[in-house]
Amino acid sequence: MEKSETIGSNRTGIDASPIHSKKMQSGVQDYAPSSGDGNQIEAIRREQLERAERLGSVPLPGTAKGMLKTMLKKFTGHQPATFVNKLGERLAYERTGVRIYEALILKCQVANSQGETRFDLPLDQLVTFCAEEGKHFRLLIDCMEQLGVDPTAQTPDADVSGVASSGMLKVITDPRTTISQCLETMLAVELTDNAAWELLIQLAQDLGQGEMASKFEEALAEEQIHLDEIRAWYEQSVRAQAGTTH
Amino acid sequence: MTIKLFDNKGTPLEKQKFTWRELAGQPISKLDDDAYTRVRVILMNGVEQQANRFQHLCSQCNGTLREPLARIRRVEHHQQTMVNWLLGADHAPLETTIAYEQVAIEVTAAVAQQEPDAYLAQVYRFGLLEDFDHMYRFSALMDRMEGRDANNILQCYTDIIPGRPTSEEHRAPENDLRDHYDRKSALPITKLNALTIMSGEYQTRDYYMNFGPTFSDPVARQLYAEIASIEEQHVTQYGSIIDPDETWLEKWLLYEASEAYNYYSCMESEPNPRIKAIWERFLDYELGHLHMVGELFKRYEGREPAEILPDALPDPIAYQSQREFVRNTLNQEVDLRTDGTQFVAKDDESQQSLDYRSHINSEGSPSEAVAADYQWQPGTELKGRFARAS
Repeated sequence: MEKSETIGSNRTGIDASPIHSKKMQSGVQDYAPSSGDGNQIEAIRREQLERAERLGSVPLPGTAKGMLKTMLKKFTGHQPATFVNKLGERLAYERTGVRIYEALILKCQVANSQGETRFDLPLDQLVTFCAEEGKHFRLLIDCMEQLGVDPTAQTPDADVSGVASSGMLKVITDPRTTISQCLETMLAVELTDNAAWELLIQLAQDLGQGEMASKFEEALAEEQIHLDEIRAWYEQSVRAQAGTTH
Repeated sequence: MTIKLFDNKGTPLEKQKFTWRELAGQPISKLDDDAYTRVRVILMNGVEQQANRFQHLCSQCNGTLREPLARIRRVEHHQQTMVNWLLGADHAPLETTIAYEQVAIEVTAAVAQQEPDAYLAQVYRFGLLEDFDHMYRFSALMDRMEGRDANNILQCYTDIIPGRPTSEEHRAPENDLRDHYDRKSALPITKLNALTIMSGEYQTRDYYMNFGPTFSDPVARQLYAEIASIEEQHVTQYGSIIDPDETWLEKWLLYEASEAYNYYSCMESEPNPRIKAIWERFLDYELGHLHMVGELFKRYEGREPAEILPDALPDPIAYQSQREFVRNTLNQEVDLRTDGTQFVAKDDESQQSLDYRSHINSEGSPSEAVAADYQWQPGTELKGRFARAS
């Protein structure tokens, strides 16, 4: 898809510094290492694992009287907090997904206009994917409101998901990254997204939320197309760079 | 609870000890703790950081004080560590930025209302409206770059609406200087207020300078560069309200009193018992420092600390939503500008500032770009863009 990576003066490996690398390696032999073994690092982590508090809690259902009671009734014998936590996570992920696709679309537009690509990514499809992320975000707002839960609250799993995806966003918004580098990141985004929707459908079915489950299946069907297309474009772009396809 | 400064000798310095384990203790919860707990954590990090910075400078200029400075400074450094490590790793840099601006707004508003000097109260209100605008710009960035809602951090205590436009805050350096209080006639609370706010702004400048380059989005990189520049202006402003004729030891004593006062304020309002215990412990540490510096003051200057310090700490800083005060200030003073050390109407702004601004904004304004037509709504602006499914 894009021009091949150039071969240049990369300085990061030891072969780039033939004199200093020999001195560094001989120095390691001349001086004794720090005493102890690898168990000490584990001991610190183990102790912290044992006493760590959790990131936070799942928000209570809304302020309307009887809301909590109604919700508990709906989920008799089950833990509604887990479902709410996961709905909140998906909502945040889809919302950030809109911004990620917006950044990717812009990058593709600029690359196309500069004639840097060997073939143009189908921008109209990316625009559709972006709109579908937004549609899924909206669906999750509606589901949370239906359960009486505040969709603006950040649930613990939404918080963790935000930490995990922060690097992905960083790759896409960096003007220096190539489209194929971005597509590799998008593949990770969509793989995670697909697996998460599958689990959400399962959870909704387990909790007797058939109507929600079928709406989630529609979302998953769209996400599956995102995944398949992104994977194909990514493979195509890398192979084009390697000169193995035309 | 009243804290008497001269009766209470606090924790002796030799008993002020730490371990690595407690320095890197359990963080607060981003989701469950009250936003003001985070506000206090961030402010106290800034207060400790500024105490450390002052003590290093003081050491470079005062050979005889080097040893006591080194001993107290080591403890201050570890106090800062324990406080700053209370921020959990799930705070993304942009979320922490929102929290820093909340500190600037809420604490400056509280201080502006307790400041007895009318001119200095005006100085605080002037700076307040600028940090208020930064909050709006950063919230727009968070929404439009990450698809996240700044109110998850603010917890509805602080408004997200425009203040004095950031693009109009860029001034020529001489117009950021202010008249200083008179060390002989100013009330103690005036001196403590000045140190508190300068410390908060200084750490904000440093935070933006450290984290700005870690963003990859070009708008974010430019916006951090722009707002860091205003924070530098604010440090100039708040640094200049402090009387330059105070002696080094007088300043050191005031810094220790300011730290004690701020820990006292935190302690009085903190609902989280684990964090409250830290504020209580560190109030006692600061009283220990204050007592030591008081003895140095007597020895080297032949003066009594009571000449410059009150018998008891003033009423604590109020940690509560300042929405109404901020809105009133916004409605009445958004068009204020400066000419030298004086506040003037928009049309009377110094030409040097207009020239400086005209050039620095001449290739575009990131703060205008990021927030163009931005109106915060719960759950981000995307909630409004995507209509209900059925």
